[in-house]
Amino acid sequence: MLKSGPILAIAILLGPVLCGLLATLLPAFGYLPVLGQSDFSLEFFNQLFQQPAIFQSTLLSLTTGLGTTFIALGVVIAFVSGWYGTRSFARLQHLISPLLSVPHAAAAFGLAFLIAPSGFLMRLISPWATGSSRPPDVLILQDQMGLAMVAGLIAKEIPFLLLVTLAALPQTQANQSRYVTQTLGYGATTGFILTTWPLVYRQIRLAVFAVIAYAASVVDVAVILGPSRPSTLSVRLAQWMSDPDISLRFMASAGALLQLATVIAAIVIWMFLEKVFTRLRNRIALQGMRFSKDRVLKLASFSTLTLFVVLVFAGLFVLALWSVAGLWTFPDTLPQNLSLRNWTRTYPTILSPLSTTLITGFCATAIAIILSLACLEREARAGRKNGNNALLLIYLPLIVPQVSFVFGLQVFFLWLGLDASWVALVFVHLIFVLPYVFLSLSDPWRAWDKRYQFMAFGLGASSNRVFWKVRLPMLLKPVLVAAAVGFAVSIGQYLPTILIGAGRLPTITTEAVALASGGNRRIVGVYAFLQMVLPFLAFALAAAIPALLFKNRKGMRAAP
Amino acid sequence: MTGLSLQNVQISLQGKLLLDISETIKPGGSLTVMGPSGVGKSTLLAYIGGFLDPVFSASGTVTLNGKDITQLLPQSRGTGILFQDPLLFPHMSVGENLLFAVPQTIKGAQRTHTMEEALNRVGLEGYSERDPATLSGGQKARVALMRVLLSQPSVLLLDEPFSKLDADRRSQIRDLVFTEAKQQNLPTILVTHDEEDAIAAGDKIIRLTQD
Repeated sequence: MLKSGPILAIAILLGPVLCGLLATLLPAFGYLPVLGQSDFSLEFFNQLFQQPAIFQSTLLSLTTGLGTTFIALGVVIAFVSGWYGTRSFARLQHLISPLLSVPHAAAAFGLAFLIAPSGFLMRLISPWATGSSRPPDVLILQDQMGLAMVAGLIAKEIPFLLLVTLAALPQTQANQSRYVTQTLGYGATTGFILTTWPLVYRQIRLAVFAVIAYAASVVDVAVILGPSRPSTLSVRLAQWMSDPDISLRFMASAGALLQLATVIAAIVIWMFLEKVFTRLRNRIALQGMRFSKDRVLKLASFSTLTLFVVLVFAGLFVLALWSVAGLWTFPDTLPQNLSLRNWTRTYPTILSPLSTTLITGFCATAIAIILSLACLEREARAGRKNGNNALLLIYLPLIVPQVSFVFGLQVFFLWLGLDASWVALVFVHLIFVLPYVFLSLSDPWRAWDKRYQFMAFGLGASSNRVFWKVRLPMLLKPVLVAAAVGFAVSIGQYLPTILIGAGRLPTITTEAVALASGGNRRIVGVYAFLQMVLPFLAFALAAAIPALLFKNRKGMRAAP
Repeated sequence: MTGLSLQNVQISLQGKLLLDISETIKPGGSLTVMGPSGVGKSTLLAYIGGFLDPVFSASGTVTLNGKDITQLLPQSRGTGILFQDPLLFPHMSVGENLLFAVPQTIKGAQRTHTMEEALNRVGLEGYSERDPATLSGGQKARVALMRVLLSQPSVLLLDEPFSKLDADRRSQIRDLVFTEAKQQNLPTILVTHDEEDAIAAGDKIIRLTQD
């Protein structure tokens, strides 16, 4: 049974991407016998390129993808290099970690409610500073250049990049390198970038590619914060894909390939930037340029990071406030009264999407945990370590844009007669939950002191007994944290849920995004608040259960 | 033939021979392997116990009470081991740690009885409900010793188990370990860099050097 673990995991990671891409590729060239088309042609690409402003949409996807990654990674490098090992660093890190679990859509709504012309920030300065008691007529949200969207994405990607960087740092000699470079007269930032960063970047490169791909093809954040005339390529694709007119699907497939090409182009451009950066770094190192006065950069990185953290937290607060707001007219800073009426009014309609969300998240997470444990245990028993190829495989579903293969997967499920079924929904969530669960579980699992195992073997315990009685209980906390991560990922899934569920299996995330255009902030507040609170609850449980089970075991408190 | 016998046990790392040992240790007897750290002396215990890291290449036969155990799974060899750290399972109580080791052939109330008897033997009466993390270093070492003895091993492997104890506890625990090993007629292999340990073991000594 254990042997099938890795094979199943590979099948889940690789299978859907390949099948999905194939089922996108064929219709794009006019082959989809189910819809009565079996002549290969380029007709649908012609149709695609005749769409108004399609080039602009594509360019927008490319620039938001690269821009988001460039700025987010830049802030993370500057912050880590200047502050690693300090007390402020530890404090800010504690604040940032929970942000990782907030679904993208919830964070985007929070930001929208904050910076919109009638949003919280404008209310703070009206009418005394703006001199107006009406919202200004400016396009702050959904601006043409996608700045609001990029800001929302940066706020969510900074925590992710920071976390993977922190996970990679122990494998470098960051502290020693800092002493050496500083005694040689290098500024902290320069010293870090010259010595430690290359080692870190080698480990997090795939995660960075995943960020590029995500930001260049995201749908939910783009619907909430992105421009609408034209929208990003991904948003337009999502519209065509769920259009009642089935003939649009051929063009949508062609578009999905264009999206894939866009992401590949973005990554290729990024790789070119990597080369430029390396050149520059080598030059600085060889010239011995020290940049020893870097206080301004340090302060700038700290304040930028803090700004984004504050933005997200403030946004979430405003969301929560809207969900219980009574009368709240512009320019009142706070609502005139608070009530639970929004909640009681939404309650009957929210129950079904809420249970879909919970059941799907629970099933996908449970399967992902079992598979990850099977793979890790198999690896431990075989005494092998997975190489880089395995890591690439894990990142595959995160780097190939969702829009490019999930749509094909939908066609595939249709063919299997599984469309809009629970099985299909759980499966498609699993594709994205599994990589995150595996990535967050594998480090603590592998770091476990193997001598406990040798000791237990010496006591005559079988491999199974060691697993169930020793290793699993000792690592219960990281297992539950990985489960919470997986649950949060499942809750955040928008596009796969919409496409595979065909609108018939709505979750709170798809409902919230669907409500975005309606503009009823109270109802959106309720949905988005739930979206943000569920992952928090999962993480709270992940902390509480081991604490309760092992409350008389001091040795279990030091995080393994 | 009783006892532990090592025939042409050779362990090497990337073509460099770390050790080459042929020895027989009688029941109640001991072999001490000495040498500076990094010389590879612990790999001998890992080879006998069946958990040698695959980066090492090893050959030779290990016979325990007349039975070739070289190809057996680690859990079927009957090789009890004590490491530098007591490695009490942190999620179990002291009593649960000991019960984990009691063979399944002992059943029912007899299990608890065996466990309590073992605690009494090392002066830890009534400690079975305790959290192992709250014990002193010496107490942990005694629980670890009792745990390995309860599993009824056929050989005792000692991987510098006294090196982290403070000086006065050290000789006390050392005497306890060797007395118990002799009493149970166990062949013992001790790996250490401490002369006093070697003297206390009192039997054959092999010295490994860094060429």
